[in-house]
Amino acid sequence: MRWVWFHKLASPKWFYSWSNFWALPVFCFGCLCLAIGLVWGLAFAPEDYQQGNSFRIIYIHVPVAMLAQSCYLALGVASFVFLVWQMKMAPIFIKAMAPIGAVMALIALVSGAIWGKPTWGTWWVWDARLTSVLVLFFLYMGIIALQSALDDLVLANKAAAVISVVGLINLPIIKYSVVLLETLHQGPTFTLTKKPEMPPEMWLPLLCAVIGLYSFVAGLVLWRMQSEILMREHRSSWVKQEVMENGL
Amino acid sequence: MHPVRKKRLLVITVIVLILSVVVGLVMYALQQNINLFFSPSQIASGEAPRHANIRAGGMVVQGSVKRNLDTLAVAFDVTDFQHKVTIEYRGILPDLFREGQGIVAQGKLNENGVFEATEVLAKHDEKYMPPEISEALKNAQNSMGESKEPAQSTY
Repeated sequence: MRWVWFHKLASPKWFYSWSNFWALPVFCFGCLCLAIGLVWGLAFAPEDYQQGNSFRIIYIHVPVAMLAQSCYLALGVASFVFLVWQMKMAPIFIKAMAPIGAVMALIALVSGAIWGKPTWGTWWVWDARLTSVLVLFFLYMGIIALQSALDDLVLANKAAAVISVVGLINLPIIKYSVVLLETLHQGPTFTLTKKPEMPPEMWLPLLCAVIGLYSFVAGLVLWRMQSEILMREHRSSWVKQEVMENGL
Repeated sequence: MHPVRKKRLLVITVIVLILSVVVGLVMYALQQNINLFFSPSQIASGEAPRHANIRAGGMVVQGSVKRNLDTLAVAFDVTDFQHKVTIEYRGILPDLFREGQGIVAQGKLNENGVFEATEVLAKHDEKYMPPEISEALKNAQNSMGESKEPAQSTY
């Protein structure tokens, strides 16, 4: 009984109408939060005592880097669910999520490099954190490539799911690389166990941007999943009816 | 749960577990190479190879930075609060280089145990604060008297 809502989400038809309701409000909330967080952080938050204004790139780098990892976690869990329970929605989710995660990882790498030049004195260094995030980006690219390269849909879904499950091992490496190993990269900005090491007028806009980006990405993923559902189910009668009634 | 699914769940979990153990062991074995730099203690104990290109890192000791007035040459000590190593460098230091900050230098150890750096990178931590607060903290520390000062210079 408790799992009914969850099992319902496995039905493309039900998911389509559920996400029809949620996608827009989630996306708009995300845009609003993101705009507030970015304007607040980039224009009004105080500068750092050592790094000056170049510190502000944190308001882009940290949310994007968190998303890059969270998207992968979601991808890995979905793939695991797909491999065990063969849920129809899981590969649709993977297809929708992987490019977004890849973009997040890429922006994290690029913004990190731009931040690294003025602070560390170098664009890139092969330390554990930077290298493991680069691996994350390659994993995303591998998943996207495999899923779209194979013509056999069943095989493509399975192959993509296998690498994303195996790639899950990279996540703890990324997370703990800065804690357990000697790296040039600093420690984590946000942790669940202790307060961030900066005053509220610095971390509040950051939190706002993080929540905003999560919500923004959730909205985007719901939309991408909807179009993927329509594409995969285009022969079924409910899709025909949906398109006839509401258009695309 | 359906027996087929149960079996799949078990197989996939075991595969992932085995893979994580493998990766964990590989990481453990390669730890020396994954660490970006050698600490002054590792250099003092002879773990770091001489005449090989390596990185050394640590905190720049307060008051140890000596600049040559005519050239770009600079020498300073870095510490991990147990051992010290002297670093010599000729070039432009990053903006964030200052006493009491972490740095990572690339170069070679010479016969005298002095590290000749070809590149110096500044490390910063996850603590950020506005300049006013940092000023206020500094003033508060100064007004607390000399008690703090000797402690710092013994690093």
